[in-house]
Amino acid sequence: MNTPVLQIRDLSVSYRTERGLLQALRHVSFSVPEGKIIGIVGESGCGKSTLISSIMRLFAPNAQVDNGSIVFKGRDLLGLSPDDMRSLRGDEISMVFQDPMTSLNPVLNIGRQMADVQNRSGSSRVDKRARSLMMLERVGIPDPVSQLSRYPHQLSGGMRQRVAIAMALMTEPSLLIADEPTTALDATLEVQIIHRLQELQRDFGCSILFVSHHLGVIAELCDEVIVMYAGEVCECGPTREVFFEPRHPYTQKLLECDPARIQRRTRQLPVIGGSLPNLVDLPPGCIFRQRCEQAMTRCATNRPVLSADVHRAACHLQDAGS
Amino acid sequence: MAGIPNTVIKTFNGLKKDPLGMAGFVLVSLLLLATVFAAWLAPYDPFDVNVLDRLSSPSAAHWLGTDQLGRDILSRVLFGGQVALKVSLVAISVSMAIGFVLGMLAGFGPRWLDRILVVSFDTVRSFPTIMFALAIIALTGPSLNTVIGVIIITSIPVYARVVRTQTQALRERDFILAERAMGASTLRILRDHILPNIAAPMLILASMDVPAVVGMEAGLSFLGLGVSPPTPSWGSILNDGYSYLRNSPWPLIAAGLPLVAVTLGFTFFGESLRDIFDPKLRGKAE
Repeated sequence: MNTPVLQIRDLSVSYRTERGLLQALRHVSFSVPEGKIIGIVGESGCGKSTLISSIMRLFAPNAQVDNGSIVFKGRDLLGLSPDDMRSLRGDEISMVFQDPMTSLNPVLNIGRQMADVQNRSGSSRVDKRARSLMMLERVGIPDPVSQLSRYPHQLSGGMRQRVAIAMALMTEPSLLIADEPTTALDATLEVQIIHRLQELQRDFGCSILFVSHHLGVIAELCDEVIVMYAGEVCECGPTREVFFEPRHPYTQKLLECDPARIQRRTRQLPVIGGSLPNLVDLPPGCIFRQRCEQAMTRCATNRPVLSADVHRAACHLQDAGS
Repeated sequence: MAGIPNTVIKTFNGLKKDPLGMAGFVLVSLLLLATVFAAWLAPYDPFDVNVLDRLSSPSAAHWLGTDQLGRDILSRVLFGGQVALKVSLVAISVSMAIGFVLGMLAGFGPRWLDRILVVSFDTVRSFPTIMFALAIIALTGPSLNTVIGVIIITSIPVYARVVRTQTQALRERDFILAERAMGASTLRILRDHILPNIAAPMLILASMDVPAVVGMEAGLSFLGLGVSPPTPSWGSILNDGYSYLRNSPWPLIAAGLPLVAVTLGFTFFGESLRDIFDPKLRGKAE
């Protein structure tokens, strides 16, 4: 059970911009064990999307990988030929997108799109249809037969996201990447989709890399969580531990800012002061230093690295405390 | 694409509410029927010369009169319609097909390819069409195939540019990224996902382009650069009639009216189609 499906080591990705090289990801390492749900959480611009596009190898044209490896089932994805990579996509690695309103083709009906995903299976049209129906049923879509002839605009947001999930799981991938799949849905639907995902993950035995900035969803769904800040992993560990005993000041702040946690009536929601550092011209030392209330002198010069624990944090306070 | 019956029903419901569009549709249908069945409808052979009965006014025997050689004008106009129809059908479908391929290449391919293609589109379009046609015909000699060729070359950029812009707008859409994430090849994305999304506007564009092509053919034939006599074409009938305008206005009227009808019919029909299938544009045009 413990062999990782996906192992990312020391990954650094940057974008060529007019202002210079924007270092979107720096020395990111983590692994996704088989059959687990791993959550990635972080504010906008922390590198979540870059991370996903690195795994899928769907980079923006101005992106470049500076360092590191992404090993999926023993193969380094960054070294694969484009054709080999393409045959992995949608077969071994699938993806669910944030906005179900835009992630389905508006002019093709659901049946056609679901059959399209199975194009590599080589099965007959009847088999493809049967499989589509079976998948629609499994993601909890009522009356799947009539849905097949419908167009995306005829379905509600929740239904579309279910269809997208059905399509992603159709080929029984080993890894499902979910890019904020519930952000565009309302709260009740969010819970339904999360529970459905949990069920499906158990049934299919796949691993899920679940990206979100919604802490509640992560806490509900994920076995382990990775907290990212400004392109670095600042804390990772079992969800329970990270949420109850956050070690990195950023994680602590992030949890304080979760509106669901606020007990008292307040007119002002808590915020983390300051803003993200300039990723083109990185300051030395700890990336979170300028916004950290517990910054020490060494934080300005030495970059903290992840401790070698199960529950790890990249912070000098770790050494000071122990 | 959508189930065809559905599309047809939608089109008809839309046309019912738009009298101008309906008129266009009727005109277009009549013209198509008349030219397709010209061989059956024409009362005379369009090449039959009857010098004794030249330049006659409309009569029971010759509904639209006769030309300077006594040929029946109605028959010539009907057969001339076949030429116009053939030219527009061949030229538009070929240039649209090529335009689709080049436009999608430019819109989806690497940037250098896009640059090269855009420059070549602009180069072709920067020639005044008639001058370009004259130059080509001067080199190759007048023939209907040359006319078709010239129209194809000058129309490709029109279609390709629209396809390119539409493709560029689509390529950044999430569902295309989703298709990539599902492992779809570029060819598959273009054929199964981009093409159906831009087919409707392109067909509407094609419908609006028919009058331009028909006018182009008539214009070149009028100048004697299109069909060679005695083949009837609306342009050559106009030219024949033009010389004898003092004697009889009927050849001019008979060949001019179908040109007007084609223009009005296809324009009304195309605009109506656009309103039906792209409601966002409605109001802007008015």
